[in-house]
Amino acid sequence: MKLLFKNIDETGLATREVYEQRGGYASLRKALAMEPEAVLAELEASGLRGRGGAGFAMGKKVSFLPKGSIDKYLVCNADESEPGTFKDRELMQKSPHMLIEGIVIASFAAGANRSFIYIRGEYVEQADLLDAALAEAHEAGYVGENILGSGHSLSLVVHRGAGAYICGEETGLLDSLEGKRGNPRLKPPFPANQGLYQGPTLINNVETLATVPTIIDMGGARYAELGTETSKGTKLVSVSGHVQRPGNYEIELGIPSREIVYGLAGGPPDGREVKCWFPGGSSSPVLTKDDLDLPYDFDSMAKAGSMLGSGAIIVVDDRTPILNVALKVAKFYRHESCGKCTPCREGTNWTVKMLERVQTGEATPMDLEIMASVQEHILGNCLCVLGDAMAMPIGSLIAKFRDEFEAHIEQARAAANANAVLSHA
Amino acid sequence: MSVTEPVEVPAELRAEIERHMALYPDSRSAALPALEAAQRVHGWCSPEALEQVAAVMGVTPAYLESVASFYDMLETEPVGKHSVYVCTNISCSLRGADELFAAIKDAAGSDAEFNVRPFECLGACDIAPMASVDGVYVGPLSIDDVLQLLDDLRAGRPVLPEKQLSKRVCPDAEANA
Repeated sequence: MKLLFKNIDETGLATREVYEQRGGYASLRKALAMEPEAVLAELEASGLRGRGGAGFAMGKKVSFLPKGSIDKYLVCNADESEPGTFKDRELMQKSPHMLIEGIVIASFAAGANRSFIYIRGEYVEQADLLDAALAEAHEAGYVGENILGSGHSLSLVVHRGAGAYICGEETGLLDSLEGKRGNPRLKPPFPANQGLYQGPTLINNVETLATVPTIIDMGGARYAELGTETSKGTKLVSVSGHVQRPGNYEIELGIPSREIVYGLAGGPPDGREVKCWFPGGSSSPVLTKDDLDLPYDFDSMAKAGSMLGSGAIIVVDDRTPILNVALKVAKFYRHESCGKCTPCREGTNWTVKMLERVQTGEATPMDLEIMASVQEHILGNCLCVLGDAMAMPIGSLIAKFRDEFEAHIEQARAAANANAVLSHA
Repeated sequence: MSVTEPVEVPAELRAEIERHMALYPDSRSAALPALEAAQRVHGWCSPEALEQVAAVMGVTPAYLESVASFYDMLETEPVGKHSVYVCTNISCSLRGADELFAAIKDAAGSDAEFNVRPFECLGACDIAPMASVDGVYVGPLSIDDVLQLLDDLRAGRPVLPEKQLSKRVCPDAEANA
């Protein structure tokens, strides 16, 4: 079942003309003829959960915004930076009007009159394509004052970031959009009450908003028939790492993970096996080859001790030293920590240092205990989840591959000792 | 420069910054696009660039420096005019990105034209290992592509046209059905 990727590679889909030929903007007309509450009811009935990482029910998020005629904002989070994730990029590049249409419909349901797409600065081509599509949408009266005579008005600005992972965190994003360093804010207050410029703000991921036109078109109840009881609909999954056909695949939530890793992406190259896989970007605790038969949905991943996250599956094969994986992950979060909270700033730094001790043969098995306890002290102790995003995968790597870490420590110590003996000889 | 001396801002840069400022309820939101525009003119967020943005936006250069230093794409030191960001994050490194980065760095040598940097996940793990070359995504790259990549850049040609992301078709067999 393809909803978002139905015509994804059609020539010219990024233009309004072709998008409209494929039924584009019909959902917007349909929604504008309804009451905003009725549009919101469809979104709630669909059961759509946020596609950015947290998996929060989209309709519920909209309903949290205060009612009444105060300035409300809608912000599309297009800062896609979770390592392994590249689905929003393909959507924005090939079908920018689908996102714009979704934003206008969602703004109507939420009563928001100003909207922004915060796109990561590295996505230059995609931002240019969005700007071009936005100009076309303006020309056709889909964005701007009194949209299609409905009385609903919406301004939309494509805002380019400048390279910072933390700006994908919703409150860091808001500070960045206000022209500041992208430091996360203390919650509460939540953005629904006090977000951009202190006003009520709805923040949704690209894929979430791009799904809105489909839901209006087929109806929330029919959309909810897809997927599982608690994970409705289809999902774009980015598969990368050691697979033969890396790329984005649209799947119905709840299919076996094996079908994605092996069936769609072709599995690791011949003769190799899956050692571990991140089911939801590099922030998710790793799973092993024994978990490949789990259904790929929000709850099954959570029950297995991990998370669906952004839907980014990173596959690591059996020839890769687990230490290399841990170091890559830890170094990334150290680089991206904004430095505001001590457990994250110090915890990411010390984790890298301890992993480097393991690498050079200076560590003892006790360092693994210390490292594991550092991860536990980060979890839940910071303003945002960046520190957790390192602590979860590192903790899981130590727990699941302890033997390999210990073997590495012994080998590296032996090698270091041998070198020391040689240099003294 | 004394504080009373008016700062001269190139007319085009001023117009671009003012255009951005007008888009937001609070003009300070234009800080990132304004710094990006100034960096395009000056090559980096130099003290002069910061002075100019500050003069147009009505904020202090120190404020802008604190902002610029937060973001990887805003340069706080002089750099080569062609940026080559090589993704060295997890998915790319599993497919040889660290070796690729070393090869590009080595081939670019001390050529001041190039700003070759290892970069965090660029969101293109489907073409791993990859690089963003002056904002254009290319991959999957092999060590054999390195000289061609740098030659294309030097000659002002499109970089590795066959390997540009925009050419890539979604591998989902049932998409587009």
